[in-house]
Amino acid sequence: MNFTLKIWRQHDRNSKGKFVEYKASDISPDMSFLEMLDAVNRDLAKKNEDIIAFDHDCREGICGSCGLYISGRAHGPQRGVTTCELRMRHFHDGETIVVEPWRAKAFPVIKDLIVDRTAFDRVIQSGGYISVDTGSTPEASSIPIPKANAEEAMDAAACIGCGACVAVCKNSSAMLFMSAKVSQLALLPQGHAERKIRVQRMVHQMDKEGFGHCSNTYACEQECPKKISVAHITRMNREFIRAAFW
Amino acid sequence: MRALVQFYNSSVGKKLIVGLTGILLIGYLIIHLFGNLLIFRNDCGKAFDTYAEILPQVVIIRTIEIGLFLIFIFHIVTAAYTWLLNKQTRDQNYKVRKPGQTSPLTSRTMFFSGSIVFIFLVVHMRQFWYNSRYEAGEHYSMYEVVKTTFSEPVYGIFYLIAMFLLGFHLRHGFQSAFQTFGLRDKTYAPIIEWCGIIFWLLIPLGFASMPLFFLLNF
Repeated sequence: MNFTLKIWRQHDRNSKGKFVEYKASDISPDMSFLEMLDAVNRDLAKKNEDIIAFDHDCREGICGSCGLYISGRAHGPQRGVTTCELRMRHFHDGETIVVEPWRAKAFPVIKDLIVDRTAFDRVIQSGGYISVDTGSTPEASSIPIPKANAEEAMDAAACIGCGACVAVCKNSSAMLFMSAKVSQLALLPQGHAERKIRVQRMVHQMDKEGFGHCSNTYACEQECPKKISVAHITRMNREFIRAAFW
Repeated sequence: MRALVQFYNSSVGKKLIVGLTGILLIGYLIIHLFGNLLIFRNDCGKAFDTYAEILPQVVIIRTIEIGLFLIFIFHIVTAAYTWLLNKQTRDQNYKVRKPGQTSPLTSRTMFFSGSIVFIFLVVHMRQFWYNSRYEAGEHYSMYEVVKTTFSEPVYGIFYLIAMFLLGFHLRHGFQSAFQTFGLRDKTYAPIIEWCGIIFWLLIPLGFASMPLFFLLNF
């Protein structure tokens, strides 16, 4: 397969970026999107040109490092996959693909397609610790947790913090990311002691980082590679109101 | 007080204000519609005129009016403020965007639909409320005013467009408010969705039936 790529190139944080056109030739349909970029980079390296910088690590959809805005969609057109899991067979031969970094004030571009997502780390840190001493690995049934709650908490914990929710949101809101953590801990007895202070601090930190308000468009749920449900935002809203008024 | 200010300053707090005031405004729409439906009584507007005459004389209605006005201000100012803040969260927009693939149009155009409804509201208040309250003579018939206004195609069609956009606004607004209250969970989401039909479809249709009735000269 052959593709024309329009890729955002930006030297560093402070310089002005622009789109540069590249050709990707003889690409196997089974290649992942990142492997296709590797092939383009190999050609660039051979020509002694500056290679395209993009974030990646595990390449199996669990680390949350990769994340590209591909032709108008976060992680590309497929639902429930990260950029590294996206295969080139989902594109047409000869297609022009526009590749952009996540765009949000809270996620400044570091270089080319790499953005600084430390704002997410600070939101998580603001949530603080769990003061309950959990000790060593406990007996599985020593703390009874209803199966439904355990499942839902596990679904929330599936968040890999890739930032696709912020990238796709028209307001660059981090509600899905933040609510997944609030919801996960609110569902489990170990998280109950700090549930009030946690949600208040995390909402405050999210606002401070420059993420926007939630307009309930639910686009985040559609683009989340882990299909995290907006039901967690519902629970987080409830937790926040409860923390403020009683 | 400090806690309240802090709550309002947070992103979730502001959305809650918008949702809460929005739901109260929807509540008013029901009362407004039921009163106005008197227009369809086959008595040349007698019942409607009496209703319009008595209404401002009731003290509680005057009080509600002030409350309603304040709710409107809160709804509009807070929503416009969040809209402005949200505009500032992205320095550079994407070259290619496909928002239609991930979210419904109604959810992305709340500011636009709300703005048109607001413009309509100003015209509507000037035409009916202000005139009847402050410029009415002795033989003022609300029915006649409504009839002449709605028979005018420009106003009638403007009214119909505004009602369409009101439905558009509430299509997203109603369920979105419950999401912000934290009530739209798995159990209640389908109920909210079904109840929403009353508000985004039936109520705007009810209001639209009045200009349609006079426009088509029934």
